[in-house]
Amino acid sequence: MTGIYMDHNATTSVRPEVMKAMWRYYETEWGNASSIHWAGRAPAAAIDDARDAVADLIGAPGRDLFFTSGGTEADNTALHGILWAHRDKGRHIITSGIEHKAILDMVNYLEGTHGCEITRLGVDSRGRHDLDELRGAIREDTILVSVMLANNEIGNINPVAEMAELAHERGVLFHTDAVNALGKHRFDVKSLGVDLMSISSHKIYGPKGVGALYVKRKTPFQPMILGGGQERGRRCGTYNTAGIVGFGAAARLIAEDMDAGLIERMARLRDRLEARIRDRVGDVDANGDIECRLPNTLNLSFGGVDGEALVLNLDLRGIAISTGSACTSGSLDPSHVLLALGKDDKWLDAAIRFSIGRATTEEEVEIVALAVAEEVGRLRTVAESA
Amino acid sequence: MSTPVNRLPAPGTRVVVAMSGGVDSSTAAALLIERGCEVLGITLSLYEAPDPDVEGGCCTPDDVSDARRVCSDLGVPHYVLDYREAFRVEVIEPFVGAYRDGRTPNPCVLCNNVLKFDRLLEFTGKVGAASLATGHYARIVGDDGALRLLGGVDRGKDQSYFLYGIRADALSRLSFPLGGLTKGRVRAEAERLGVRTSSKPDSQDVCFIPDGRTADFVARAGGASGAGEIVDEQGRVLGTHAGVHGFTIGQRRGLGVSRPDPLYVSRIDAARRRLVVATKDRLASSQVHATGMNWIRRPRADEGLVARVRYRSRPTSVARVSEDGPGTLVELARPVDAVAPGQALVLYAARDGEVLGGGTITAPPC
Repeated sequence: MTGIYMDHNATTSVRPEVMKAMWRYYETEWGNASSIHWAGRAPAAAIDDARDAVADLIGAPGRDLFFTSGGTEADNTALHGILWAHRDKGRHIITSGIEHKAILDMVNYLEGTHGCEITRLGVDSRGRHDLDELRGAIREDTILVSVMLANNEIGNINPVAEMAELAHERGVLFHTDAVNALGKHRFDVKSLGVDLMSISSHKIYGPKGVGALYVKRKTPFQPMILGGGQERGRRCGTYNTAGIVGFGAAARLIAEDMDAGLIERMARLRDRLEARIRDRVGDVDANGDIECRLPNTLNLSFGGVDGEALVLNLDLRGIAISTGSACTSGSLDPSHVLLALGKDDKWLDAAIRFSIGRATTEEEVEIVALAVAEEVGRLRTVAESA
Repeated sequence: MSTPVNRLPAPGTRVVVAMSGGVDSSTAAALLIERGCEVLGITLSLYEAPDPDVEGGCCTPDDVSDARRVCSDLGVPHYVLDYREAFRVEVIEPFVGAYRDGRTPNPCVLCNNVLKFDRLLEFTGKVGAASLATGHYARIVGDDGALRLLGGVDRGKDQSYFLYGIRADALSRLSFPLGGLTKGRVRAEAERLGVRTSSKPDSQDVCFIPDGRTADFVARAGGASGAGEIVDEQGRVLGTHAGVHGFTIGQRRGLGVSRPDPLYVSRIDAARRRLVVATKDRLASSQVHATGMNWIRRPRADEGLVARVRYRSRPTSVARVSEDGPGTLVELARPVDAVAPGQALVLYAARDGEVLGGGTITAPPC
C-alpha cells in the first residue's frame, strides 16, 4: 500500500509499538485467559492491564468496561442491553438522525420487531442539535437517549454533557457513541455524565476487531452475547487477548500523543489544508459546525463537482480520502448525515471528507491541497464543456 | 471478405473494464493490461439473494469478491458500486410486472438498456478514462464516425443480441476485447495470463434466478397472477392453469391438457387470466411488432436485413420494416414460431451480421 492516506476517520494504521505488544500473545502467551492453569495467567493479567489503560483514556474505572468485537457491537449491545433491562418502564428511545449506521440500523430493527418507538432528533444546516427538541422529546416511557459524541463525517462535537443532564433530569439513561471522538478530543465519562459509551481500537492506531462498551456501575443491563461467562457475563466469548492488549497499548500511546499536543497539531494541519485549498479554488463550502468539530476532520463541498468523481480521481493519484463514511461508500445514496443537514443537491453530491492522522505531514497537506485544486479545476472544466 | 479489425483502446490510455467476476471479463481486463492500457476494474453490485446459500449468477456478492481478487492479482484498482436498489426498481420490478402481464421479458437486455451501460459510461467519464471495455462477445469495427457493432467471431457465444440498445454515439467509447476470440481461446488466454477464474463455469441463468425456476421467483416477488382457464382458439375451455406468469408463448410443458396433436401456448391474455393454446402450425407468425426501437445505424433503403426474435434464434430474413403508430412493424420473409411479447427483436445487416438496432416485442394489435 502506498500513497497519501487522509482518511483516518475510516481507520488508522496499527502502530509498530502496538503490534510489538500484541505479538507476544500470539507467539508465547497464547493461552486462554479464562484457563485455571499456567497458560492462562499471563494473558489474563495482560487483559486487566489493557482494560485499565483503555478505561483511563475515558476516565472510567476498569471494571465498568468490557471488550467487544468493535464499535458496532458496542453500539448494538448498548441499545439492546438497555432495552431488555428496562422494557417494563417503556420502549421509547431517542437518538439523532446523524448517528452512525451501527445505531441507526439497530434502532430501525428494534422499531420494526420489538415494538420500540424511536425519536430521531434533527439538526440544523450546520449539523447542530437543539437542546429544546431533546427536552420536548423525552417522555414517561423513554428509556434511553443515544447521541454520538463526535460525528464521523462532518466532525461535529455534540453537546453530550448538556444532553445527558437533560436526560438524567427526567430519569432517562444516556449512551454516547464516542468511537470517532476517541483520541481526537479530550473527554471523560464523568464530566460528560454518560451512563454508557462505545469506543473502538482501530480509530486510535490499534488493531481492528476490538472495541469496548462502558456501562456505569449499577446500571441495569441485559447482555447480548451469552456463553462462557467472560467479562463477568456481560460479553461472553473467549478473550481476544492480543487484540485487547493492542487496544490497551494504543490507548496509552494516544494519551501520550494528546499530552504532547496531537490535537493542536492535527487542527493546525487541518486548517492549513483548508486554507491551501481555498487559496486555489473558489465556491467551496465547509460542511458541519466549524466552531465545534474534531480537530482532524474537514468536510468540504466543491460547487459543481461530483464528490465521488473527485474521490476516484484522487485515488488514482494515490490520495485516499472519502465522500463520507467508509461503511456506506460504494452506495449511491447520498450521505444520511448531509441529508439531515438539509443540503440541496448542489452541495450534497459535492461533499468529500479529509481526516488527518497523527503521522500526517505538512508536505502531505501541500500535495493533497494541490492535487485537490487540480482535480476540482479539471472536473469543473469537464462539467462546463459537457 | 476480409475479417474487419475489432477496435481496441490504444496502449497507454486509461480504460475502465466492467468486471462481473467471471472468466470473460477477467480475461478482457488481463488482455488490455497486456496490451499496455491503464486498466481500472469496476463491478456493479446488483443483487443479493435473500437466501445466502443460493449460489451462481453474476454481480452477486461472490462474483464481486471474485472480481476484486482478480484485480488484486492483476495489480489494478478495483471499484465496487452498489446499484442494488436501482437494479431492484429498474430491472427486477419491471421483470416481475411483465410476467404478471403475460409477457416474457429478457432481464439481461433490460439491465443493459436501462442500467448497466449508462452507469458504467458515467463512471468512465468520472475517472477520465478514454473508454469502457466489457467481456461481451461482440466487436466494434470501422473508422471514427462510421463505427459498426458486429457479433463475436465465436458464433456459439455471440452476445450482440443483448447489445442492440447501445446508443450509436457510445460506440466510440466502448470496446469488446473478446469479440475476435473463441470461448476456447479465451479460456486458454485466461490460463496463460494466470486469471484465477479461468475454469469458473459460465453463468447460465438469469443472475437473480440462479436455480432457473422463474415462475417461483415471480410468484415470490408478487407477480403471481392467479389461476385461470386454458382455452383453444375457439374459446372452448380445455383445462385450468395456476397462473399466466408460469407460461411463455410456444410453451408446451405444464399445460396438463392432452390432445392427439400437441398443444402450445399461442397467446396469453393476462387481463382474463387465459392461456390460448393451439397446434404447432398455428404458432408461427411473420409480423412482429416492437416498441422502444433503438437504432445504432438505420438501414439503407435497399439493405438486406435479418431479424432475431430470441437470443440464439435463427436469423430470419426481413421483408419490410415500417413505422406502425408509436412502434415498428417488422414483416418477416417467412413465419417464425413463438414470437413472445417482452423479448427483444434485433435487426442485423444480412451481409455481415452488423447489429442495426432493436426493440421490445409487443403483442399484435387485436
